[in-house]
Amino acid sequence: MTPAIWMFLAFVVATLGITVWAAKRNTGASAYFAAGRSITGWQNGLAVAGDYMSAASFLGISGMIALYGFDGFMYSVGWLVAYLTVLLVVAEPLRNAGKYTMADLLAYRLSPRPVRAMASLSTITVSTFYMVAQMIGAGALVKLLLKDIPWITTNTAIIGVGVMMVVYVVFGGMLATTWVQIIKAILLMTGTIFLSALVMKHYGFSFERFFDAASHITYLDSKTKLEVTRNFLDPGMKFGDAATAGIGKWDLVSLGIALLFGTAGLPHILVRFYTVPDAKTARVSVVWAMVIIGSFYILTTFLGFGAATIIRPDHIVTDNMAAPQLAETLGGPLFFAFISAVAFATILAVVAGLTISASASFAHDFYSNVLHHGKETNPDSEVLVARITAFVVGGVSIFLAIQLQTVNVAFLVGLAFAVAASANLPVIVLSIFWKRFSTTGAVAGLAVGLLASIVLILISPSLMGIDPPEVVGAKRHLIQMNAIFPLTNPGILSIPIGFLAAILGSLLRPEPEAEAKFEELQVRAQTGLGAETASSH
Amino acid sequence: MNQTQTSASTPWSRIAQHPQYQELLRSKRAFILPASLFFVAYYFALPILVGWWPELMKKPVLGPINAAYLFALSEFFMAWAIAYVYVQKAGKWDEQARQILAKESSDSAHH
Repeated sequence: MTPAIWMFLAFVVATLGITVWAAKRNTGASAYFAAGRSITGWQNGLAVAGDYMSAASFLGISGMIALYGFDGFMYSVGWLVAYLTVLLVVAEPLRNAGKYTMADLLAYRLSPRPVRAMASLSTITVSTFYMVAQMIGAGALVKLLLKDIPWITTNTAIIGVGVMMVVYVVFGGMLATTWVQIIKAILLMTGTIFLSALVMKHYGFSFERFFDAASHITYLDSKTKLEVTRNFLDPGMKFGDAATAGIGKWDLVSLGIALLFGTAGLPHILVRFYTVPDAKTARVSVVWAMVIIGSFYILTTFLGFGAATIIRPDHIVTDNMAAPQLAETLGGPLFFAFISAVAFATILAVVAGLTISASASFAHDFYSNVLHHGKETNPDSEVLVARITAFVVGGVSIFLAIQLQTVNVAFLVGLAFAVAASANLPVIVLSIFWKRFSTTGAVAGLAVGLLASIVLILISPSLMGIDPPEVVGAKRHLIQMNAIFPLTNPGILSIPIGFLAAILGSLLRPEPEAEAKFEELQVRAQTGLGAETASSH
Repeated sequence: MNQTQTSASTPWSRIAQHPQYQELLRSKRAFILPASLFFVAYYFALPILVGWWPELMKKPVLGPINAAYLFALSEFFMAWAIAYVYVQKAGKWDEQARQILAKESSDSAHH
């Protein structure tokens, strides 16, 4: 047994212990879906950070910076600044007006059944894309880490992750999921700080030497096979005019829009604000999350440029493995094992968070309020449905992840952000701030935003392109035609389309009842009068 | 959440008419709107400068560190600063909201 397996097993045992503890406390719907609204500000801040710092950020960004320098760091910036949208616009009104899901806010003054049905569809779509991406990442990671064990393949790794997440969610509910996130966030921060310190130690704790090294990196270019020296602090290696025939800068702006507005529409982040006692605590938790997430993304400077300077881009095995490889080079096999186990814990925790938000939305929005018209008298049946949904979501994700294991992971995460930004965010914002927003507007905004982002990605260079015959496997485009939409990220077009559909729908079919209830929603959102309280079950 | 009456005088409609509540909304809007416009503008200044004026952003400013990296780093501090100011302001809004709710509950006790 390698140290990586021991550390991974320790994490599994600890989190299963938490699940058993949480299962005993899960009495009633509020406990199951919202951890009894008992989570404190700093705890929820860590949990939000844990939900957010996925494998895509830890492994993906370090790798992106290691290979593309500054352009990779642009992701880090967007991922933090996005939290200002959450803090200033969404978190507190959502906490005050809702109960368990994003749709609660919409259904407050709109016709609940159509709005909840659409919101549930978009929540499950976003969560599934995100989850499949994480599970494919987990499969690849585990196969690489545990390559000496014969029965560990990509498929068994995906199935293992799927089973674990179902166990957390079915038995432990939101309480266990939250604590899994908290532990994972602490482990990830510890690992990142330690690895950054090792990078700085390598440079004698001199920032000047570190940045000097990052500005002159000599390596063998993978395309030209010639030795080149590049300044990795300079922008343009991924999005620059030379690398992308002038289209990259538009992609960069489009990506920025999707990151900035997608975060505030991610269902698994939004449901976190229901786990705290009140709006003030929700605000405090966003601030905690911003401190942790911001520090983490600043540290990606050391992980990414550290890998670029110490390992060098031509020696990095795959872009997603730059951080673990750096850990091995600087800290030896034991530290490599720790960082790998942290990466795996990260995936597991994020996947559990996604599962609970998807199953809460199905049970609360679709089962209770659409099928049973909100008149379900036994709240336990809502929890039972959520548990069954977690099984189904787990099964479907395992199936999809195994089928799609060659698809690019970043593309799936980008799709999740784009759908969240184009479908969810417009209706959330308009519902809080625009009196004339109507049911037709909400359904149109959700449906058109969802459709626009998916269609634009289908016809983008992510999926369309003509490859020479020697390109095979994951690198080969799914549709062998020239891309119709030139950008890989649809945000710049699909988000305005989502807003436009929501506004036009409201203007075409106004709803006096919804306008009459605007005042009530506003008072509740802004003062907290009537908001769900800590012991509401 | 659907248990609210729609009669003319609900606690919500009474609060909505309250001058203190109107003041609270004004005060929130006066901060959140300009702060949001500012952070969106500041944020997009980075991809726009980097995308359209790369040579300018490649200029070394602090030793080997160029303008692009320093600007990117400043985004983090900008976000933290706005969050800090917002939390300070929000503390005052909490107090105002509490006063409004206290007044409303004592008023409705008299009816």
